[in-house]
Amino acid sequence: MHPPAGANARLKIDIVHKAFRSSNGGVIDVLDELHLAVEENEFACVIGPSGCGKTTTLRMLLGLDRDFDGTIQLPGRGDPRVGAVFQEPLLLPWRSVEDNVRLALPKALRGKNLDSLFASLGLAKMRSLFPAELSLGLARRAAIARALAIEPDLLVLDEPFVSLDEATAQQLRYLLLAVWAERPTTALMVTHNVREAIMLADRIIVLSPRPAHVVGTFVIRLPREKRNEQVRGDLLRSFKEKFPDQQ
Amino acid sequence: MSVPLRSSPTTHQAAPDRALRRNAAPVLITIASFATLIVLWHLTATIWPSRSFPPPLAVLEAFLREMTSGELPHHLGITLWRVAAAFVLAMVIGSALGIYLGSHRQADRFLQPWVILFLNIPALVIIVLAYIWFGLSEAAAIGAVAVNKIPNVIVTLREGTRALDPRYSDMARVYRFGPWKRFRNVLLPQLQPYLTAASRSGISLIWKIVLVVELLGRSNGVGFQINLYFQLFDVAAILAYTLAFVGVMLLIELIVVQPLEHASTRWRQRAA
Repeated sequence: MHPPAGANARLKIDIVHKAFRSSNGGVIDVLDELHLAVEENEFACVIGPSGCGKTTTLRMLLGLDRDFDGTIQLPGRGDPRVGAVFQEPLLLPWRSVEDNVRLALPKALRGKNLDSLFASLGLAKMRSLFPAELSLGLARRAAIARALAIEPDLLVLDEPFVSLDEATAQQLRYLLLAVWAERPTTALMVTHNVREAIMLADRIIVLSPRPAHVVGTFVIRLPREKRNEQVRGDLLRSFKEKFPDQQ
Repeated sequence: MSVPLRSSPTTHQAAPDRALRRNAAPVLITIASFATLIVLWHLTATIWPSRSFPPPLAVLEAFLREMTSGELPHHLGITLWRVAAAFVLAMVIGSALGIYLGSHRQADRFLQPWVILFLNIPALVIIVLAYIWFGLSEAAAIGAVAVNKIPNVIVTLREGTRALDPRYSDMARVYRFGPWKRFRNVLLPQLQPYLTAASRSGISLIWKIVLVVELLGRSNGVGFQINLYFQLFDVAAILAYTLAFVGVMLLIELIVVQPLEHASTRWRQRAA
């Protein structure tokens, strides 16, 4: 089932156990035997009930939380670069849009020409603005620009389209697909939105309620450009047949 | 979505004009206020003439006399140097300790009583002890002033460090900012209001303490001169030195502190 790929080309998450100590001294089990893999240049979406530990998993993936049992193997050789788009744009308010993107660049890419990236995300005229002068949709675009500018080995997205109106969100999804397609990379996106996942993903990974483990996987082999309105409707129906608990 | 963005460049240009017009009236009021004060001073000193309360013209005379003799610039310069040295010392040490305590809970718990102790030791005690332990030296004088200020800086910067947004630090970690990049782009801008507050209160506190240090154990500086004229009962000269120094500190505030603050908060002002 897995296409042959170099051992290092995929993202592999094997978490035996992850618990949090709550403020009243109790222990909350967040993840239990969570095993998943994302193939090279595959776009995977993780879906699960709220509070099931999706964001925790991403934090562990990003190296922000190392207190867990298990292993995480990132794609890429040596020291893999990870581009992240957080739930909030998290641009530094005191730096311009362009400086925010440039600050994230590793030494090897310093001074890189960002014209085409900014142009394809529609940010060409906003490079010198401060983040507070941007709408949320534009700030999200800047956050996506930052994540892709570093030419990541792994792209991690944590609900990047929440709290946007549907039209803006849809426009942003197309933009993300367009820039991602220019330089495909292994991507893992957390979302609540099944329709969004069906539009973007090669593989949808469904998580259980807390303590989270993988309930099942929904693979979509059809190329994204062929997923028109009707195909998406069919995919959604068969997804719901397979996972009746999902909204 | 794009409408406010388009219009923003024009509002930026309009803003300074409007601010200028709005600031013109307060400047006039300030000048009128000072003029009234001087007139009142002059009237009072003329109606009840006394050697201990000279009129403004006598103070001006004393000021010009000390200026032409070169005494005032010399002592003012020395005091300014001490203020600057103590200020830099207190800000650097206080900020470093404050940031450290703000980010290390255990160390903060342990050192908290020390901070409270030093906050409450009177400046005079620190100065006297510094002179006794380290001799009547320049280092003891500047050190004593800095020690007086450091606890204040620690407390302010510790609060600032506790208020840091951890999400920006997470972002910096994911994008692998080096220590310097992180300090300059993530830490410093967030601490800037706290640093400004600490330096504002710092300058005014430090220059007052420097005068005491000079009075007690130095043979030059504004504090030494004031002590000298106190013994000669020359109030005009005392006031001349005091006002000259206050004037210099006001100039520093207007020429250095405010423009710096304005430049570093530009992003906030544009974000209307």
